[in-house]
Amino acid sequence: MTEAPDNLKYTPDHEWLRLEDDGTVTLGVTDHAQQALGELVYVELPEAGRELEPGEACAVVESVKAASDVYSPLAGAVTAINDALADTPELVNDSPYADGWLLQLRPADPKTLEDLMDPEAYARFLAESED
Amino acid sequence: MSKTTPLYTRHQDAGAKLVDFGGWQMPLHYGSQLDEHHAVRGHAGIFDVSHMTVVDVSGAEATPFLRGLLANDVAKLKAPGRGLYGCMLNEAGGVIDDLIVYRTGADSYRLVVNAATRDQDLDWIDTCAADRSLAVAERAAAVMLAVQGPDAVSLTLPMVPDALRESVQALKPFHCRQADGWFVARTGYTGEAGLEIIIDDARVALDLWDELIACGCRPCGLGARDTLRLEAGLCLYGQDLDEAHTPLVSGLDWTVAWEPAERDFVGRAALEAQRNDGATEALAGLLLEDRGVMRHGQRVLTATGEGVITSGSYSPTLGRSIALARVPVDAHGHCTVEIRNAERRARLVPPAFVRNGEVLVDLGDT
Repeated sequence: MTEAPDNLKYTPDHEWLRLEDDGTVTLGVTDHAQQALGELVYVELPEAGRELEPGEACAVVESVKAASDVYSPLAGAVTAINDALADTPELVNDSPYADGWLLQLRPADPKTLEDLMDPEAYARFLAESED
Repeated sequence: MSKTTPLYTRHQDAGAKLVDFGGWQMPLHYGSQLDEHHAVRGHAGIFDVSHMTVVDVSGAEATPFLRGLLANDVAKLKAPGRGLYGCMLNEAGGVIDDLIVYRTGADSYRLVVNAATRDQDLDWIDTCAADRSLAVAERAAAVMLAVQGPDAVSLTLPMVPDALRESVQALKPFHCRQADGWFVARTGYTGEAGLEIIIDDARVALDLWDELIACGCRPCGLGARDTLRLEAGLCLYGQDLDEAHTPLVSGLDWTVAWEPAERDFVGRAALEAQRNDGATEALAGLLLEDRGVMRHGQRVLTATGEGVITSGSYSPTLGRSIALARVPVDAHGHCTVEIRNAERRARLVPPAFVRNGEVLVDLGDT
């Protein structure tokens, strides 16, 4: 199991977010999420320019087993999407924190990122939710 | 508390993701269900199917008993060493289970029924067998392995007992042979050639597993088993088949032996009534012409009425979603499927998509 990188923030829905130097935020799903989903066969991404509300479903990741919504915890506008996932959705499984990134957005308020879980809090959250 | 098969530690050692299936801890996959699927279509895969229920029925009344119990007719098995596929029905003609029955002797048969339906199947068989001159014995300790794929038979042949080797090589589909604690049948649930092997001694079965893996046979889990059988158009009890539906509306009319007309079997009267009225539904295949995955329970909207997906999944061989669906009997051509609040375009096709490595459907211009 890949360890949750320590420069990222996390959500209880198993998304990770990374603040980039240019102020945009990159979003993906965690290793825990890709393991639970199984091998992905489709990824649906939003259109660039779409305005997102906090907690809004912005993408869908679909495995053989089930489809799962991906939520943005921040308000913002989508600036980029990972085109490679149209032909190679399994990048999310193989490299959830790097090549399997889903989208980038320009947050309405970058400070809201600080409210999210840091790596230790996410690790504790995972441990507590284990059956 | 879940049951485990004698191969449980092998699955753990091979890195299996284990899940509960019908009360058993079984491997869902060993790292990649998509790779496992392709391995079976292209080469050979091995499945631990020891969770299935094996029941031996023998005695003076075995043949008339089974002829009255099952909708297919065991009298077609004119000699030991042959098997057939069919359904066990309730009085309303609904399917209690689908199964394979082999004739193993003049008055003895071996039934292989599903894992999840074990308790109700055995209760039903025992009830129907009461006061008959019969022995009904479950083989709970036996290990069952399925080796499937174009190379499955050639890989397995060197490993079967000498007494069986020649006959296994020549085995025709649905035929079987037994010797030295091995039962080998040319059957499978994948649409590829292969063998299903029942071995009494778990240590012998473990050796066979190890030898086949060492020869390049890929261990495959329930995830690949499901995508393979769906591509082959094979029904899964609990999804495509259940007690509320007859074989006639489940694509299994071919498994009902109407002749001889004097053979009564449980559910015959109800089936005859439905046949005479004309069944209004049928099981069809669906090919999704869009992104997304069709799933059990989704509504199907056809030009002649509404239907429902019974089994839906992603087809690794075709690279798109496929499904089996119960639809109006005259439905054909294009239809839509309600997937997550959107209507997606699909096409009705005969319910078999891939067999023996060959794509059977016209993929069109999707």
